[in-house]
Amino acid sequence: MNTHLLIQLLVNGLVVGTLYGVVAMSFVLIYKATQVVNFAQGELLLIGAWVCWALLAKYQVPFYVGMPLTLVFMFAFGIAIQIVVLRPMIGEPIISVIMVTIALSTVFQATLKWIFGVNPQPFPQIFTSQSVSIGGLQIQTVYVMSLVVSIAMMIGMAWFFKVSKYGLAMRATAFDQQVAQSLGISVKSVFAMAWAISATVSAVAGVVVAVVNGVSSGLSAYGIKVFPAAILGGLDSIGGAVLGGIIIGLLENIAQYIDSEYLHWGNLYEIAPFYVLIIILMIKPYGLFGTKDIERI
Amino acid sequence: MTEAAELDRPQPGASPAPAPLLSVKNIEVVYDDVILVLRGLSLDVPQGAIVALLGANGAGKSTTLKAISGLLKTEDGEVTRGEIVFDGERIDGVDPDKIVRRGIFQVMEGRRIVSDMTSLENLRLGAFTRSDRNVAADIDMVYNYFPRLKERTGLAGYLSGGEQQMLAIGRALMARPKMILMDEPSMGLSPLLVKEVFSIIKQINRDLGVTILLVEQNARAALSVASHGYIMEQGKVVLDGTADELRDNEDVKEFYLGGAGDQRKSFKNLKSFKRRKRWL
Ligand SMILES: Nc1ncnc2c1ncn2[C@@H]1O[C@H](COP(=O)(O)OP(=O)(O)OP(=O)(O)O)[C@@H](O)[C@H]1O
Ligand SMILES: [Mg+2]
Repeated sequence: MNTHLLIQLLVNGLVVGTLYGVVAMSFVLIYKATQVVNFAQGELLLIGAWVCWALLAKYQVPFYVGMPLTLVFMFAFGIAIQIVVLRPMIGEPIISVIMVTIALSTVFQATLKWIFGVNPQPFPQIFTSQSVSIGGLQIQTVYVMSLVVSIAMMIGMAWFFKVSKYGLAMRATAFDQQVAQSLGISVKSVFAMAWAISATVSAVAGVVVAVVNGVSSGLSAYGIKVFPAAILGGLDSIGGAVLGGIIIGLLENIAQYIDSEYLHWGNLYEIAPFYVLIIILMIKPYGLFGTKDIERI
Repeated sequence: MTEAAELDRPQPGASPAPAPLLSVKNIEVVYDDVILVLRGLSLDVPQGAIVALLGANGAGKSTTLKAISGLLKTEDGEVTRGEIVFDGERIDGVDPDKIVRRGIFQVMEGRRIVSDMTSLENLRLGAFTRSDRNVAADIDMVYNYFPRLKERTGLAGYLSGGEQQMLAIGRALMARPKMILMDEPSMGLSPLLVKEVFSIIKQINRDLGVTILLVEQNARAALSVASHGYIMEQGKVVLDGTADELRDNEDVKEFYLGGAGDQRKSFKNLKSFKRRKRWL
């Protein structure tokens, strides 16, 4: 048994998994607040990554300025998508709205290729040291950063929903839009805010991935991973999405280990999460943490 | 302050009675563009009063409250004629969240608390439109009125019906509204609890000066706290008067205060009652 490889892959799984968790969390945020399944989530990562890359590599802006600028841009961009594209769709059948997000994803992909070209770009160096040693284990600095940033985003999200009044308003809107309005909450603003926060959080994840792997259109593949992660956790549970993401990340890497050590099939890590997903959904159809409605009203 | 609002105000000494806080003037309400539910309904609620709005099932009581709070919009309903004036300004057609900010808060039929949140979170939601620093103090105030809410720290969905009603009223108080529209607070409560809830409604009105428009099936309980009442049928007010007048009115006694149980008799009488009454 190759312990070193196993540990390496588990660490890898944890890091990638928390990142999946962050993206799944921002996907569930939109779903929960607005009932829209966003097929353009991965492209939000990609847009964030390209914008940050452009600021840093093209305009030579330092990272501590470029990153906040990227976030401000993405916040505004999220509001703009909601107002321009999705608000007119309110009241339309949900399938139409889903088609619109699929169209959005294609339009974003094409536009980004048009603006930034089709070649992957390396991200400017942000850290001076390549790796740090934690408990005798050599871990790349970018991995540590990824983990720290992901966890910070999760804590931020938990605070938002548990403590801030806008988070409570968003939960109330998800629960019952009429009740929310009777409390003085503007449902339109909540929808716009959901997109804004989701786009911003996704952009952070996008930049983290870009720092590790460079920027390329393949980065939006993270948007596909949110489906097993979010469905596993239960589509409407933010905490479930986080856990779902971590599980998918770990599963991929465990599958990779089993594959490379024993089976040698070659692509087990890509499909294993989906098999597990199917099994879990057979046992728990609403996902691990999906809503079990309280019966008494 | 706009000029128009200034002009609407009664001049000092010019009119003997102050303008009511809320004035519903001859409104017509239509759902889904075709279902006519309110047909020329008018009522006034003076500042600081408790006014009861009574009537049989389907008379349009809840619709009247939703027309005032703007929630009609969320059910594809519309005020197609007449006007609603609150605090000197027209509010018909205004979005419900903006009406809350103007000081009207509706406690909807069936409590409608957010069942997957705690009581405390529900109370904090009530204060959503506020940005002052007294929210924490007001949570204590609500706990003073309803001590048992403080003990229940779990999800609000697991509260008893009575506790949920208390939470719904407490949540309304958290908005510090000028006026609360209450839709059937006695629904599903035991007689003892009805008494308790209504005595607290009275206290709230007295202590905080909140004006209350109270929709009820339980006419006896409602008239015990209200100063004035309206009785509506099929989308119109058919009778109004002070609470004492209504309590002593033979028809009201028969149909709304009389012994429960004899459905057929009251239905027949309801018809003749309607024919005899003047239309407002
Ligand atoms: N959203 C809606 N769409 C269409 N019709 C509605 C709607 N809401 C109410 N109505 C109709 O309007 C009429 C009055 O309803 P409303 O709920 O105002 O009555 P109510 O006096 O509150 O009755 P109850 O005492 O049973 O609560 C009923 O005939 C009802 O079917
Ligand atoms: Mg009703």
